[in-house]
Amino acid sequence: MSRLNVNFCGIDFKNPVIPASGTFGYGREYEQFYPLSKLGGISVKGTTLHRREGNPAPRVAETPSGMLNSVGLQNGGVDKFLNYELPNLVTKDTRIIANIAGSTIEECAELAQKLNGSAVDLIELNISCPNVKQGGAAFGTDCLIAGEVTKAVKEASDKPLMVKLSPNVTSIVDIAKSVEANGADAVSLINTLLGMRIDIRTRRPILKNNVGGLSGPAVFPVAVRMVWHVANAVSIPVCGMGGISTWEDAVEMMLAGAQTVQVGAAIFADPYAPVKIIEGLEKFCEDNGIDNISEIVGTVKPW
Amino acid sequence: MYKQGKYPIVSKKTLAKGIFDIEIYCPHIAQAAQAGQFAQVAAEGFFLRRPISICDIDKTKGTIRLVFEVRGKGTDKLSELNKGDLIDIIAPLGNGFKTLEKDKKCVCIGGGIGTPPMLGIAKEYGENATVISGFRNMAAVILQEDFKSCGANTILCTDDGSAGKKGFVTDALAEVLETEKPDIIYACGPMIMLKNITKMAADSGIYCQVSLEQRMACGVGACLVCACRTVKDGQEFNSHVCKDGPVFDSEEVVFE
Repeated sequence: MSRLNVNFCGIDFKNPVIPASGTFGYGREYEQFYPLSKLGGISVKGTTLHRREGNPAPRVAETPSGMLNSVGLQNGGVDKFLNYELPNLVTKDTRIIANIAGSTIEECAELAQKLNGSAVDLIELNISCPNVKQGGAAFGTDCLIAGEVTKAVKEASDKPLMVKLSPNVTSIVDIAKSVEANGADAVSLINTLLGMRIDIRTRRPILKNNVGGLSGPAVFPVAVRMVWHVANAVSIPVCGMGGISTWEDAVEMMLAGAQTVQVGAAIFADPYAPVKIIEGLEKFCEDNGIDNISEIVGTVKPW
Repeated sequence: MYKQGKYPIVSKKTLAKGIFDIEIYCPHIAQAAQAGQFAQVAAEGFFLRRPISICDIDKTKGTIRLVFEVRGKGTDKLSELNKGDLIDIIAPLGNGFKTLEKDKKCVCIGGGIGTPPMLGIAKEYGENATVISGFRNMAAVILQEDFKSCGANTILCTDDGSAGKKGFVTDALAEVLETEKPDIIYACGPMIMLKNITKMAADSGIYCQVSLEQRMACGVGACLVCACRTVKDGQEFNSHVCKDGPVFDSEEVVFE
């Protein structure tokens, strides 16, 4: 599959397709469908310093062409990740992206430090979770704080650092520039868009958290636009995500400027979505005489 | 070991108003399936799959039965599927009911659309099963003949007394417990019903398993949206209905 081989942040990925954080756990559940070695990498479930219970249920609401979630970063904590999940993941022949989220800048740095020397290939710093009260989107919606937390994690870490951006901002380009200026090696975008659904009979929000993050095909055009704007404004690589469910979507995202792509909510509808996208990209290259998929990155011809 | 695929519907019946019964030919899934597990069913035009419990498994024929109620537009779409159509499912998912030796006695309790998963488990016990099922009224009653043909003793309750006994399944359970002590109780239905049954089982010192439902996305344990409160060794924490359940030991469930 050399046509799909990409270099991202100095790391070789066998293909540019990565299941997105929070949609794939640590891969165990999807290994029942296909070997994880087919995937370019896996962005694991958002990991915090300590175990988190997350928000009360219901945590999901269906929307036209998508869904809202308000999981709230439920996870077993970084030690469980290092001791239980990582030893399993390293045997899977795929790149491991550790998605980390802290309540404070110090906590983010401590998390990054804990991953030093581990088999993690890349850190994805989550400054965009809409479902937690501290940290999360509170970091990602302020240029100064986004820069500060990026800097602190970069200094604490021996890994390449990708920062995951929130779309719930006035200018995602300004945030991207700020994290680039503070040492980010890459950016990934977009996290979910904050949304809400109400049950008209009970007049209650469907989510117990009242609001949650929108994902799925519904957000795809927003994501393409943001990736295009950001890719044109920064010189670090961009990992594009948000509503990708087909190989055509992945091509579109790469034309907009993404060097790699993450696939999230589409996996819930079709567990094979990432694998089908990889196969589709391979065929797209063959059919169009493209030697390597990277050739198409950012080659949209804007009017 | 669960699988995803499109499988043919070999029969479709309407059991009551808005309640449909489809039998799906999926030999590998039927072979692996256990009573109490569920399927994630895709409804054309809808983003998320619908979790539906497996009502019955026929390993010889290679089929499973799904009985579901039209609750919204997605299940309405599913109800349009007919014999010969393909249905996209991931199954069998979750943990099924724990089964004791066949000579043990069980009581299976279903409330409304919580009744279908009781068929598979009642079959395991045959004549040693007592099935209590409760419905709003006579028009909503389903599956009574199926329970009888597997040999189970059936007790039917309706809220308005239009069929069987008037009253709740818990009233019927109290009567049963006056004369016998089953080895295990299985229940599926509204949370308030499960809460009351859990208490009755605990008071009588009977092992009890309940099947829960929650809004789901992935269905396999990756996305963590289908949280439910559980307790173990005095510690409360969020479990997930799809992977840790849908069947739980009743003493582990935290009822609000």
